[in-house]
Amino acid sequence: MAKVLMKGNEALGAAAIAAGCKYFFGYPITPQNEVPEYMSKELPKVGGVFIQAESEVAAINMVYGAAGAGARVMTSSSSPGVALKQEGISYCAGAELPCVIVNIMRGGPGLGGIQPSQTDYFQATRGGGNGDYRLLVLAPANVQELVDLVMLGFDKADEYRNPVMILGDGMIGQMMEPVEFKDNNNQELPEKTWATVGTKGERKPNVVNSLYLDAEDLENHNTRLQEKYAKMKANETRVESYNIEDADVVITAYGTTSRIAKTAIAKLEKEGYKVGLIRPITLWPYPYDEFSKIKDDCKGVLTVEMNTGQMLEDVKLALNGRVPAYFYGRTGGMVPTPEEIVEKVKEIYGGDR
Amino acid sequence: MNNDKRIKIIIGHYGSGKTEFSINYAVKLAKENKKVALVDLDVVNLYFRSREKAEILEDMGIKVIGSSIKASALDIPAISADVLTPLQDKSYEAIMDIGGDPAGARTLGRYHNYFQEGNYDMFFVLNANRPETQTVEKVMEYMTKIEDTSRAKITGIISNTHLLKSTTVDDVVKGYQLSKEVSKVTNVPLRYITVLEELVPKLPKEIQEIVFPIKLYMREEWML
Repeated sequence: MAKVLMKGNEALGAAAIAAGCKYFFGYPITPQNEVPEYMSKELPKVGGVFIQAESEVAAINMVYGAAGAGARVMTSSSSPGVALKQEGISYCAGAELPCVIVNIMRGGPGLGGIQPSQTDYFQATRGGGNGDYRLLVLAPANVQELVDLVMLGFDKADEYRNPVMILGDGMIGQMMEPVEFKDNNNQELPEKTWATVGTKGERKPNVVNSLYLDAEDLENHNTRLQEKYAKMKANETRVESYNIEDADVVITAYGTTSRIAKTAIAKLEKEGYKVGLIRPITLWPYPYDEFSKIKDDCKGVLTVEMNTGQMLEDVKLALNGRVPAYFYGRTGGMVPTPEEIVEKVKEIYGGDR
Repeated sequence: MNNDKRIKIIIGHYGSGKTEFSINYAVKLAKENKKVALVDLDVVNLYFRSREKAEILEDMGIKVIGSSIKASALDIPAISADVLTPLQDKSYEAIMDIGGDPAGARTLGRYHNYFQEGNYDMFFVLNANRPETQTVEKVMEYMTKIEDTSRAKITGIISNTHLLKSTTVDDVVKGYQLSKEVSKVTNVPLRYITVLEELVPKLPKEIQEIVFPIKLYMREEWML
């Protein structure tokens, strides 16, 4: 298929439908409103259902229901709206329901603003809801990758019976870029024998539930969940990196900020600086191992985020004190410029090139 | 360009490139020492609006009119009373950058009495690389719906087919062909073909006459 020009939010809707998503439940919030708008227009054309729920809480519980019945289902929102969904997300994780949850982040805390941010890194990777659970968290850096990761996300959700979160900032949702819908060659996925689709009198009813009345049963359930998460860590960690082995400074960033970092790195290269990049594509599982490729005498690793230092904590865990960790961030919807990053890197160099 | 009417309304499908065209048009007029007002009436989009570029445009002497409430993150459709200035003051060249789709064109209704046939142009910006506007039928549907909502007549088509910084001559030619077909069926003249400045010399001769070379003001250096 030829390339078309689409806005991130439209493209992610189109990608979901291409991946076989038939149900969307959501509630409007800027800057992701084009997602429900697109789904409301397009889902009926493929025999699907769009419902504008009465609230974010209702929407995520509709997702729980549809996922429990084995359907491919998605919800999307932006930061404060995703905060409202946390209870339902925890229930989906507990009941092991495959679904895709999109967060097109805006500035916070509270209602914050409508401009882009990356302030929900903790919420997404540390468990915004209760309990020992994990989401597979995918962080696209451009509209094409957004499309590819939405499609991948549906497969991974089914493969692991686990909610998948697409974590994009407002810029990714609002930006117009060329995209191509590649042939989505589905991996072999297990049949959903657990789904509540009716017994036809031929088997015992399936039960989708996150409540365990017996402590030992719940511990066993948690042990099984952790085994699943360990498998996800082993197989699903995704990262892009370049020039890190002999870099004097390494920048690490995800989503929109990683693109700004790339532009900064190109500028620095022209001036003779040796700067590498680590761009996590999965925020959970986090690509800790990639940081071990950085040489011991690297002057520092600069984390750039549109927040006050959230991924920075994972970077410090990865570096374990071996190399100094630096941070540069903007908040409130302000987007860092390549020049600001260049300046920060030069500061780390400390004038000696 | 000198044949265009004093009031120029820029409409089209969501994401067709109205803002980029509006800014380029305003800059071009300003360079000819015209008194220019760029009216940002986009209440549909909240990112990438022309008011974001107010500072550089004002440095060129262009009057930029956005919302009456000064906040980049404004989420309500507040329109400035100042919009009337360039509509009433005939010394202005007025460029009205309208939000996408019929939903965006709704703001025009309020200014209906200023749009008398012959005193304004309403340009429909067409990008054949947008999934919703790839066929004559679909384009005509948008044109009709926007005319109905705005209560104004489209007087020209702007062929604006591109893929941002990766636009090729083929994209431009494809868009030109679609625009020509639409023009033939609707009797609305093809007014300009917008092309990135660096592509202009590579274009086939037949197109060059009505080429409108543009720069991308809304795309940051790190964007595609």
